[in-house]
Amino acid sequence: MTPDEEREFLRRRKARNWVVAGTLLFFVVLFYAITMVRIGNPG
Amino acid sequence: MASTAPQTTTRLPTEWRDFFTLTKPRVMTLVIFTAICGVLAAPGNIHPVLGFTAILAIAMGAGGSAALNHWWEADIDAGMKRTMNRPLPGGRMRREDARDFGIFLSAVSVGLMGVAIGWLAAALLLGAIIYYAVIYTMWLKPRTPQNIVIGGGAGAFPPLIGWVAVTGEITAMPILLFAIIFFWTPPHFWALALFVQSDYAKVGIPMLPVVAGEKPTRRQIMIYTLLLAPIAIAPWYIGGTSWIYGSCAVVLSALFVVLAMPVFTRMRAEEDKMLPEKALFKFSIVYLFVLFAALVADRVAAYQGWIA
Repeated sequence: MTPDEEREFLRRRKARNWVVAGTLLFFVVLFYAITMVRIGNPG
Repeated sequence: MASTAPQTTTRLPTEWRDFFTLTKPRVMTLVIFTAICGVLAAPGNIHPVLGFTAILAIAMGAGGSAALNHWWEADIDAGMKRTMNRPLPGGRMRREDARDFGIFLSAVSVGLMGVAIGWLAAALLLGAIIYYAVIYTMWLKPRTPQNIVIGGGAGAFPPLIGWVAVTGEITAMPILLFAIIFFWTPPHFWALALFVQSDYAKVGIPMLPVVAGEKPTRRQIMIYTLLLAPIAIAPWYIGGTSWIYGSCAVVLSALFVVLAMPVFTRMRAEEDKMLPEKALFKFSIVYLFVLFAALVADRVAAYQGWIA
């Protein structure tokens, strides 16, 4: 892998990691909100 | 078909944007719009968080089945100008990654719908995913020139699922919403197919204008337009909506028939600009958006007590 390719490799991996982290955080918040709503309005 | 896909040669990780592309974001806008309409028009209340979750799950299901469609049709996409730059034929992604992403997204969407909303809506969502990814994409699309009619069924699920997410039951109204999109799809798509030169024939997909010719296609456009009109008006007729939706449905359906008539009666001339076909295609998009917007306006007005 050339230095340019390695830089691109790291850039892509970092971007993907941020997207995965953001998605996971979003679902943590969403499931918390769903749980609160469900507890408040069972059934 | 799935065994001879172009394989990526890159060693670089796939860009996250390519995964996003797999979900067909432009198609998703119509899915989200009609799903929102289903949620808003349904009788009863749903907490905004749960309403958002239902629409998110529908969108994720649509994205997952779209990714499976990309995976299965990579060979076909590689042979057509419009699709040859998609992530798989473009060599920017491994084929198995698209498949796994599609399965994962579909499974999460069904699980999310089941846990947050209910298992009837989740079962319908699973049915919609299987319908699009397996029955349509893998089985019937390459085998019948009526593939557009069958594909229309896949696009018709979102308002039905959105409605059921609120009410928890399947009644006549959500089935009619399903039927409206189902019968709207053939004239919409075939009008486009008449004036856009596609290379479906090159890759062996039996599209109606290619297989049967222009005249039967024009006749089918007229038949489905005539079938659509009473179905679009039916929600008013059965008492599911008021005059607001009813009058919109009557006017829009009459215009649809008026615009379909010249498409039905004429044939392509030399140097033809295909203006009636283009007008019908553009109007079909307006038709669906205005019809569903009228439905939501009608129901919101009724639930707020603004109309009887």
